Amino acid sequence: MSGEARLEMLTRIHRAAAGPKLEIERPPIPASTRPRAEIVAQFAEYAAEYRAEVHRASEADLPVLLAALLSGQNVLVPEGFPAQLFPQPATHKPQTTHADLAAYDAVLTTCAVAIAETGTVVLDHGAGQGRRALTLIPDWHVCVVRSEQVVDSVPEAVAALQEAVLAGRPLTWISGPSATSDIELSRVEGVHGPRRLSIIVVD
Amino acid sequence: MSAGGIRPARPFPEAARDTLQDAQMRRNLKHATTTIREKRLRAVAELPDWEALRTRGAELKDASLSDLAEQLLTLEAAVKRCGGQVHWARDAAEACRIVTDLAALHGAREIIKVKSISTDEIELNAALEQRGIQAIETDLAELIVQLAGDTPSHILVPAIHKNRAEIRDLFRQKLGAELLTDEPKVLAEAARLYLREKFLSTKVAVSGANFAIAESGTVCIVESEGNGRMCLTLPDVLISVMGIEKVLPQWADIAPFMQLLPRSSTAERMNPYTSFWSGVIPGDGPQEFHLVLLDNGRTDVLADEAARQTLRCIRCSACLNVCPVYERAGGHAYGSVYPGPIGAILTPQLLQLEDENANTLPWASSLCGACYDACPVKINIPEILIYLRGQITPHKSHNLENTVESIAMKTAAWIFNEPFRFEGALKLARTGQGPLVQHGAIHALPGLLGGWTSSRNLPAFPAKSFRELWREEGEV
Ligand code: SF4
Repeated sequence: MSGEARLEMLTRIHRAAAGPKLEIERPPIPASTRPRAEIVAQFAEYAAEYRAEVHRASEADLPVLLAALLSGQNVLVPEGFPAQLFPQPATHKPQTTHADLAAYDAVLTTCAVAIAETGTVVLDHGAGQGRRALTLIPDWHVCVVRSEQVVDSVPEAVAALQEAVLAGRPLTWISGPSATSDIELSRVEGVHGPRRLSIIVVD
Repeated sequence: MSAGGIRPARPFPEAARDTLQDAQMRRNLKHATTTIREKRLRAVAELPDWEALRTRGAELKDASLSDLAEQLLTLEAAVKRCGGQVHWARDAAEACRIVTDLAALHGAREIIKVKSISTDEIELNAALEQRGIQAIETDLAELIVQLAGDTPSHILVPAIHKNRAEIRDLFRQKLGAELLTDEPKVLAEAARLYLREKFLSTKVAVSGANFAIAESGTVCIVESEGNGRMCLTLPDVLISVMGIEKVLPQWADIAPFMQLLPRSSTAERMNPYTSFWSGVIPGDGPQEFHLVLLDNGRTDVLADEAARQTLRCIRCSACLNVCPVYERAGGHAYGSVYPGPIGAILTPQLLQLEDENANTLPWASSLCGACYDACPVKINIPEILIYLRGQITPHKSHNLENTVESIAMKTAAWIFNEPFRFEGALKLARTGQGPLVQHGAIHALPGLLGGWTSSRNLPAFPAKSFRELWREEGEV
């Protein structure tokens, strides 16, 4: 059945494609020449425009900031998150069910790449970022972005993520908290994903 | 309840006559399209190389389409390598059968859905219902439309024809929600509560796909609300239905589209959430993944060299938002899940120009060209509209045969094909128009052509054509 459909579709396509295969060049993406500080500042500005709460901290101040920000919260910390930054005992166990995840107030993660052109953070769900459900179900996502992880443009980010994708890793691109404009075009934060997104840029 | 499919129940002029009566719909639509239009111009202006990006987007799609069989085979191999399964569906019925069989196999009584036009195209919800399986739309607007027993009127904001009071009444009635106000925030919260429970308890999810990367077997969903992430992450089984034209050869090829799509559709720098996944990811997300590759008329579009570029479409809806006909007639007038300018060319083609009602769609345009300017992958919609008019008129439609317009269109096609004919025709028109021109415009054309001028004036042809002026400047 299915084999028949496959064969027929491939035959139809072969018959349809009259011309030769169009070759396309893929020149390497030139790295941005803008000053780092400018790129990082733009990322922070654009992320904030998407109603993410953006904080900036030095490496040294980071543990203090995290402790203050998350005090009194029931925080989920994925495996691989640097323990010295947030010494609260790691609460995440791989077998935590989806319903259990809903009991957490917040989740604290790192990221893979951040994009200045759009104010986006990208998770490749490697160490410190957790599997996909972790940053989806709790209502507050706190994400630590190191300034050297910020790239200028979308093509640069795509290049930086190539290895992860070819290795079969999933990606989640996040630009601000969950939002909808479905009712009379008024923007409402948080229909399903986390309603609050905090981004901490570490210089 | 069916989501509509692609067979219009009535010819466009007839359907549009009715939708034009709906003042509320027109107000909402005008507000929406004007807002998005203005925002979009700002978002586009931010990228210095927008034109180059559009060209790149068009080239990449064309390259992939020119090698489609190979790309699909590469995609299939990669998805399998990553632990997913691939199905091939020649038409809507076959795709529906594959999905419903899979859902039934898992004993599903309910499935959750990410908003997807391809599943609307194949009328999947109705097919599931016949097997006793209820499809629950999880996109807020799709949910509103579904609860109302209505059909979407816009690709991107499907419930744009409904206002907040209507939505509140609907939620009170159908979700039993106690809603004290009709604040969008309160309404969204009601939907959140209702759907949260569905996300956590449903075992099978169905989605479409915005893009798929052949080399890595990676599928992509672009969204705003997080309902997509929920469906793609929480259930045990995920089934994605993808039109075969969505494939891109390499991972690097996604870059221009992640720049073009959000700015063209919601006029944002980036949409809130985009998910990429390859097959199944051990310990993370659904542990069973099925990709359904859908033809349903697409290979016929591919076979038509003149209209093939239709398949570049990334469903951004920019062409809807700039179209004067769409803005007034509304999405429902098109009678297909693909409304607006893209619908006017895609719907009749997917039906092999065999559907009388769909064949009226290429006339639902003023040919103003705004859609072509807005399209992020440079689909020349006006050109295809004219081409389809020429195709439909002589062969397919008896009642349109040898009408004045069919002859005019055939002549126009012949004239536009060669520059010298075009210039010759302009000269002829200038000479011939003499007695008809009053104050620089033609108010009434003679004979059968009078239909054209009964509701508008035709600007008189200028004394000199642009080409003539250009030549006089010594540039050619
Ligand atoms: S035809 Fe172009 S503008 Fe219209 S939806 Fe498709 S990609 Fe967007």
